[in-house]
Amino acid sequence: MSHNIYIYLIIMATVTLAIRILPLTLVQKQFKSQFVKSFLYYVPYVTLSVMTFPAIFQATQSPIVGIIAFIIGIIAAWFNAGLFKVSVICCSVVYILELFFC
Amino acid sequence: MGRLKFLKSKRKVLAEGFRDGIPIGLGYLAVSFSLGIAAKNAGLSAFQSFLASLFCNASAGEYSGFTVIAANATYVEMFIVTLVANARYLLMSCALSQRMAEGTKLIHRIVLGFYITDELFGITISRKGFVDPYYTYGAILFAGPCWAVGTALGTIAGNLLPLRIVSALSVALYGMFLAIVVPPSRQNKKLLGIVVCSFVLSLACAYLPLVSTLTEGTRIIILTVVISTVAAILFPVKDKEVAEDES
Repeated sequence: MSHNIYIYLIIMATVTLAIRILPLTLVQKQFKSQFVKSFLYYVPYVTLSVMTFPAIFQATQSPIVGIIAFIIGIIAAWFNAGLFKVSVICCSVVYILELFFC
Repeated sequence: MGRLKFLKSKRKVLAEGFRDGIPIGLGYLAVSFSLGIAAKNAGLSAFQSFLASLFCNASAGEYSGFTVIAANATYVEMFIVTLVANARYLLMSCALSQRMAEGTKLIHRIVLGFYITDELFGITISRKGFVDPYYTYGAILFAGPCWAVGTALGTIAGNLLPLRIVSALSVALYGMFLAIVVPPSRQNKKLLGIVVCSFVLSLACAYLPLVSTLTEGTRIIILTVVISTVAAILFPVKDKEVAEDES
């Protein structure tokens, strides 16, 4: 049996949106528990770190270039370069290095 | 006068958001382009892939959805796969709920929820104090359309962008994540340790036998839950600390 693509898409969108919207609309108070507060405080940093590494050097054509971009990105961010600058720096590093490496 | 002042301050915040949305949008174009190619291979039209991206705003989530469609699998499978691939957004949504000023209008919560992506969540949470929805709206104005349009273009045009450009743009998002994670770690040694642990464990899990066979989405959520739990037990955050961080 063949399935309808639009029904697939409706299921996909409903689940995706429910996951994102429900907690934000239902949880209107600050949590009381010290543990839950600490847990949620750490979640963004942990999840962004986990997503960045090692994915950054799997995204580029050459892994070495990705690692160099990662290190230079950390240095730039360490000196508070800001979102836009760090991002542009990483892209430029990859673009320039891949002219040589690839 | 009060209203004028309100509008002026909102316009400034909106502009800031728009500026930070530019690298996100460019990164999105590159990523969604390849997502569009995957959609095409799964048998979607450009319009269908456009709809998927407009309403889902998820890379891994959509990608796994497309593989379900390609396999002509059951609707129940689609439900479960989407749930698992997007589970981390449940955590992000909870985390964001703790940063909302009390009495924030429902519509703001819904729109912000609609657009919880890794990147938009990242920049929203990186700002100090309560979330200002207008900042995120500014970023959405640029980045939102990029995602959907890029997907449709990918479906239509396939491998049009030179590989070199795609490769360079694909690190834009990671660069931004670094800009969010690193500066607070510089000031907070415990956070620094946790971030370093996250990098190391993530690397290990990507290559260890068994764990590496899990999908990326599943790995991210397991690592996030485990590391954040251990961190919360070992280094409970004092209210004062959170306040200092956010003020």
